[in-house]
Amino acid sequence: MDGSISIYIHVPFCVRKCRYCDFPSFSGLSGRMEEYFSALLTEIREEKLTEGRTAETVYIGGGTPSCVPPAFISGIMEELSKKYRISPDAEISMEMNPGTVNPEALKAYREAGINRVSLGCQSFNDQSLKRLGRIHSSEDILKTFDLLREEGFENLNIDLISSLPGEKKKDLIRSVEAALSLKPEHISVYSLILEPGTELYREYEENRLKDLPDEDETLENDLAVREMLKDAGYSRYEISNYSLTGRECAHNRVYWNRGDYRGFGLSAASLTGNRRFANTDDLVYIKSPGKTLKEDRILSDREAMEEFMFLGLRQCSGISEAGFMKAFGYSITEVFAKELQKQIKDGFMEHSGDRYYYNDRGLDVSNILLAEFIAYDKI
Amino acid sequence: MDQQHIRNFSIIAHIDHGKSTLADRIIESTGLLTRREMQEQVLDNMDLERERGITIKSQAVRTVYKAKNGEEYIFNMIDTPGHVDFNYEVSRSLAACDGAVLVVDASQGIEAQTLANVYLALDNDLDVFPVLNKIDLPGAEPDRVAAEIEDVIGIEAMDAPRISAKQGIGIEDVLEDIVHKIPAPSGDPEKPLKALIFDSVYDSYKGIIVFIRIVDGSVKKGDRVRFMATGRSDNVVEVGYFGAGQFIPCDELSAGMVGYICASIKDLKETRVGDTVTKDDQPCEEALPGYRKVNSMVYCGIYPADAAKYSDLRDALEKLQLNDASLVYEPETSAALGFGFRCGFLGLLHLDIIVERLEREYDLELVTTAPGVVYKIYKTDGEVFELTNPANMPDPAEIEHMEEPIVSAEIMVNTEFLGAIIKLCQERRGVQTGMDYIETTRVLLKYDLPLNEIIYDFFDALKSRSRGYASFDYELKGYAPSSLVKLDILINREYVDALSFIVFKDSAYERGRKMCEKLKGEIPRHLFEIPIQAAVGGKVIARETVKAVRKDVLAKCYGGDISRKKKLLEKQKEGKKKMRQIGSVEVPKEAFLSVLKLDSED
Repeated sequence: MDGSISIYIHVPFCVRKCRYCDFPSFSGLSGRMEEYFSALLTEIREEKLTEGRTAETVYIGGGTPSCVPPAFISGIMEELSKKYRISPDAEISMEMNPGTVNPEALKAYREAGINRVSLGCQSFNDQSLKRLGRIHSSEDILKTFDLLREEGFENLNIDLISSLPGEKKKDLIRSVEAALSLKPEHISVYSLILEPGTELYREYEENRLKDLPDEDETLENDLAVREMLKDAGYSRYEISNYSLTGRECAHNRVYWNRGDYRGFGLSAASLTGNRRFANTDDLVYIKSPGKTLKEDRILSDREAMEEFMFLGLRQCSGISEAGFMKAFGYSITEVFAKELQKQIKDGFMEHSGDRYYYNDRGLDVSNILLAEFIAYDKI
Repeated sequence: MDQQHIRNFSIIAHIDHGKSTLADRIIESTGLLTRREMQEQVLDNMDLERERGITIKSQAVRTVYKAKNGEEYIFNMIDTPGHVDFNYEVSRSLAACDGAVLVVDASQGIEAQTLANVYLALDNDLDVFPVLNKIDLPGAEPDRVAAEIEDVIGIEAMDAPRISAKQGIGIEDVLEDIVHKIPAPSGDPEKPLKALIFDSVYDSYKGIIVFIRIVDGSVKKGDRVRFMATGRSDNVVEVGYFGAGQFIPCDELSAGMVGYICASIKDLKETRVGDTVTKDDQPCEEALPGYRKVNSMVYCGIYPADAAKYSDLRDALEKLQLNDASLVYEPETSAALGFGFRCGFLGLLHLDIIVERLEREYDLELVTTAPGVVYKIYKTDGEVFELTNPANMPDPAEIEHMEEPIVSAEIMVNTEFLGAIIKLCQERRGVQTGMDYIETTRVLLKYDLPLNEIIYDFFDALKSRSRGYASFDYELKGYAPSSLVKLDILINREYVDALSFIVFKDSAYERGRKMCEKLKGEIPRHLFEIPIQAAVGGKVIARETVKAVRKDVLAKCYGGDISRKKKLLEKQKEGKKKMRQIGSVEVPKEAFLSVLKLDSED
């Protein structure tokens, strides 16, 4: 199999685990970084399936990739360039935490080829940062951002979380204003999710989390954010993602459009053709990199079609009839006529030319709508 | 063994006065089982009974007691339910006995069900002797309670055994009293077989097992017996008696004995509790008087949650009915719920137990509709019929008048709570028919109450307004004219037949309003606004609205881990699967019982 591919690298280390986070990441395990990266190199070196293809995007996420020695990041990039043809204009992103960055490290990342940085800010409200268990202040964000610009990074993303406990609309607006003042190329605004197993979830279970905004406030917050970002020239292109023209995250687009991607590292997921597989979430990964999988299956046509719908429709541009036909050899209306018609009739979806897409009302309740594309019988 | 050494008896008591514990102690003390073999309550062998701490299904146990006079006696102890819903079963069990042990809590004294059970026993011509239980408790006043028993019931109680079944105190005295105060059976073993069916169970190995009390004659394996009510005859393949929790085969059962027979009976409907068994070639002259016919007091619709399970539900009901003749059912259809059954029960507890057994023992998921009573409708064209399903109520213009069932209730209460309980009865349209002081602090209140007012939550309200002290018993008195209307519910402007119920006209507005409120809480929010309306005769009298969902809260996509996102969407969809579709609205099955909870704030 050939064609382009996207690469994901998972770095499961953090200085401290944030109180809302349920991603596979560990704090206090810096003693195992070396072993881990050597395992990662092994997994890449032994890769046969996608070897030799052209990497259009690389994404180094975590965890906190910026909390490990920069040499590890360079080592990975070097190994990748032996295995793949890295496209000269590839988007090469790396996630960073504002509390972990210094000029020397940034120089090293630049040299390794990183050209896009996603900065996990979450909020500019120091009280909220503290409550979320973040290791940085709002001032650290400003300093880090300036540093990134000084080091020549000209494609930057800021991550924010909305609907935080204790935050009112004005607090969120202040965070968004602060983010806009930095003029990043891309902004992601995620609604807080309480995930089982996190500190915040435990607080909620024990009835100690009483100041969460309700549904109406959440909606109002979102509307306000949408308005502000639009006015500042950022287009919404996915439920939670906004960017200046041409600065959409190419890597995420691959996920949503079901392009091929190969994930290396603990818990990393891959899709090649109709094969979905993912590495274990356990540190046993270090002993057998790429050999212990938590999932490995060939998707049926029906499953692939469902994915096409619930991933594609996350994007504001929605899905294309021709794209569906090309991918599956069936007309989309042969498979999903009832669901599409109903969602259009109910005023959540638009059908224009070749495309089906959700309007703002639809994007607001996408979970309920997307679930309708999943077949009953398999559940 | 000759009849002089057989004692057939029941233990009767108000709920929680310690009947089952005493039964356990009797089984232990008679040495059939060692202490170690005892499960905590040997007689209550259904899981459900153990969890609820009550006895649902009457059962019999045969034990051997060596009395102080040196002779051995066979005790056939027949356990009876204590709850008011199960008076019919109590009556069936008592008919197989010659006497009864009345257990009374030595601190609480006589309660409403104590009286009801004693009257049932006396109606069955049983000799009753009292036992004062729980004397180990600090509040026990056995002398006072003994005097109360003599005053109120009129049986001798001063020399009643004072025991603690829990601590095992005084059990020997009870055993001696059983020998001396309960009469031996007096049938004639030489006469043709005449035996009473007092219960039957379905067993997957033995088939149908018929519980009998031999009045005259005898029966053994190989005999051809006839069931007199149905006229059907069968070969007996096994006879035996009841060990603790097991069936023990024996050679022969003769006059005075209690035991079981298995015959090659295939059709579940062939064995009728209350029927007389005799020998086919040598029948007795006339059958025993049958039991009092049981009438269903409460009806509700039972539907499979998954429509494909309809025939499973039918089979399960058929099997349950064999164990419980008081359960009646017939097929019905609902626009909202599909194919199901309209079922009749003795009362609400009975309904609860049947539904739980269907769900647990037969692994069925059910949707049940609000219970209702049987109304009599007199139409203008002269036709009279019984209405068990509100959906079948004719147009009001065709109704001349309606009648509803009335019960006469007895409530035992401390004077402290008298005012609160009288108020409760008045709210429920009760008419006082009597008020007797049992002691200076305790009153027996008598009321006529519409059954419709007590089936939902009267018992709970009674308990909460008397801090748990009031006790209650009732029996059907008859029918009385009443002003009744059908209250309909519309969800998203669609009439939902399964939610209709019949209500006293003056309460319609209040009930409609509460019903809408409850449903608002039960129905999950959808992508559109859902009006919920209550209507009488097409006129809307109350309305609530379930607001539309406008924003979901978990919109994040986990990078390349699509499987995780998919699981979340599947979970979303799974939730919907458990609901019933009314038009475009998904309604959880709990909503169909909302009417039961209307007064829960009391």
